[in-house]
Amino acid sequence: MSKYRLDYLDELEAEAIYILREVAGQFEKPALLFSGGKDSITLVHLALKAFRPGKFPFPLVHIDTGHNFEETITYRDDMIARIGEKLIVGHVQDSIDEGKVIEQKGKNASRNALQTVTLLDTIAKHQFDACIGGARRDEEKARAKERIFSVRDEFGQWDPKRQRPELWNIYNGKIHKGENVRVFPISNWTELDVWNYIRRENIALPTIYFAHQRDCITRNGQLMAASPFLNMDADDKIENKNVRFRTVGDMTCTAAVESYAFEIDDIIHEIASSKISERGARMDDKVSEAAMEDRKKGGYF
Amino acid sequence: MDILKFITAGSVDDGKSTLIGRLLYDSEAILVDQLEALHASNRKNDDGSIDLAILTDGLKAEREQGITIDVAYKYFETDKRKFIIADAPGHIQYTRNMVTGASNAGLAIILIDARKGVIEQTTRHSFLVSLLQIQQVVVAVNKMDMVDYSEDVFNRIVADYKVLAGKVGLKNVTYIPVSALKGDNIVYPSAKISWYTGDSLLTHLENVELEVDDTSAHARLPVQWVVRPQTDELHDYRGYAGRVSSGSFRVNDKVTILPSGFSSTISKIEFYDKAPQEAIAGMSVTVHLADNIDISRGDIIVNSAGQPQLSNLIEADLCWMDTRPLDPSLTYLVQHNTKTIRCKISEVLYKVNINTLEKDYIEDFKLNDIGRIVIKTAEPLAFDPYQLNKANGGAIIIDSRTNVTVGALMLRQAVD
Repeated sequence: MSKYRLDYLDELEAEAIYILREVAGQFEKPALLFSGGKDSITLVHLALKAFRPGKFPFPLVHIDTGHNFEETITYRDDMIARIGEKLIVGHVQDSIDEGKVIEQKGKNASRNALQTVTLLDTIAKHQFDACIGGARRDEEKARAKERIFSVRDEFGQWDPKRQRPELWNIYNGKIHKGENVRVFPISNWTELDVWNYIRRENIALPTIYFAHQRDCITRNGQLMAASPFLNMDADDKIENKNVRFRTVGDMTCTAAVESYAFEIDDIIHEIASSKISERGARMDDKVSEAAMEDRKKGGYF
Repeated sequence: MDILKFITAGSVDDGKSTLIGRLLYDSEAILVDQLEALHASNRKNDDGSIDLAILTDGLKAEREQGITIDVAYKYFETDKRKFIIADAPGHIQYTRNMVTGASNAGLAIILIDARKGVIEQTTRHSFLVSLLQIQQVVVAVNKMDMVDYSEDVFNRIVADYKVLAGKVGLKNVTYIPVSALKGDNIVYPSAKISWYTGDSLLTHLENVELEVDDTSAHARLPVQWVVRPQTDELHDYRGYAGRVSSGSFRVNDKVTILPSGFSSTISKIEFYDKAPQEAIAGMSVTVHLADNIDISRGDIIVNSAGQPQLSNLIEADLCWMDTRPLDPSLTYLVQHNTKTIRCKISEVLYKVNINTLEKDYIEDFKLNDIGRIVIKTAEPLAFDPYQLNKANGGAIIIDSRTNVTVGALMLRQAVD
């Protein structure tokens, strides 16, 4: 016996790799959900460590709202070309065209809620039995109670009262036909852990994570990127600001923060001294106190 | 910097939520928007201060019922260590949740209300902490403000607890008098408890040493995945991917593959673009062997000089976690490491009344029941006794009709 020797980033990394390999070993048709955000980019890096020199035992799946930051799509396509893995894209626009969802109207219209339908359809179409995602338990209190292997019924629903006990590092991936499992390998990471890992591993990120000049408007006290996807009117005053984004989602629901963090060290310093939580910059969590819990029950990631 | 995972055992009445809230609040792990929500809440303490228990409030479903129904994970860090709290409910009907939270904890905080002392639930929590073999225990005697910070009260509780600790077999126990409500001895030492010269709770959590079994004789690597690129340049590449669950492996170590029993030598250890000479407990690596042996997921690579037990008839402690009682006539699945096979509970030896620690010779096993059984598996399991090696001694039982995890097993020994 001796004193514990693994550094925290090594331990988190080893745990995530272990979970990814459990997915590979336990499921027939897994997929890795790739949003273009730093958490799913971290997952891809972890998958390289888990499976190289072999290929990934799963494709990457991107649910494209059609309202993405251009930088995200550029990053995605460059990355796929570099790692040579398969990418499947599910388009929210297709769900709209097929009449499965109806585009929201009004000033706060967003496709964020619609993407759940596209996600569930994409899962059904490809018969994925496990979907790996980059959610973390420190993000939000409904997430704090979610398992690492989280079973969803055929409607994609999460039932917090019927979660399976999850003991030691034994993950029970047994499911019935039609069900699937959402798997969260970086559940135990905090936002700062992800950033420190990205710095240590020298992982490239989409440029919108770093401070840049951008035309913005202020909505409900939050800075939003001015874009054709945002329903703007005469009241909206466009201002050019130095901003960056802490999460990468749909342009209509991801708020910017004013920032002069041009390098990753600046970002880590900014987060370490920041007093606003990451999801505090997500308009979609502001709707009600139980917003995330309700959306998760409906199949949201 | 390393990570300490700990569990808090106690009920709402003992101030468990307040204690966790206080740890987060005083260590400045709460962010402004969370703090705003806290201030905006209508719930206040009697003296008008913020009710820190709100910080551990979870799901809407739980708030409606005013209870915790599940394990919640909380994260915070100091300059010395990162912490993961598994916040599990303390009532007896949630024993399975506490067992779940305890399974990964390196330390347990057992809360005792200074006014009540060692009570039935203290026995229950201590038994579970011992059953799950949590390395370090802190007995936090809370609500010291309600007993005038009395040293006598504290000493009496410590003396009582020592008897209990002996009975359930707990070592490494540290006693700390605290008031979570007033903030005494949680993060900062308290002037009101000047007779206590030990560390505050947080200082103790920052400095307590965790041990890991890194002896080569106990080296275990459950194989999760075989890496076979099958490309032209990597035609013969065959790597066994897995996480070292205990002990350590070095290149050139003689190893045995179980259950087959074949032997070989480690020719290379790989970690992505590196080739370390050693892999210790906790590391996820890919191992290459000198000989071509048929190895697949579910097999375990062990050091030939220190082999686990290999048996299909095993005595074990069982915690039942499902609303449907155990049915000895049914075939279940057992998942041990990366292996999932059929099993039956062939015998119930006894149940333990976890409030009194008395043995009950009753055969029915219901939700939250704990006791000793004999499990019969379709193939032999390569396991270590849980008391000696948690990583290779724990297993779960799955109901193959519902696919739900219905039992936690702490394997003890092969039955001849």
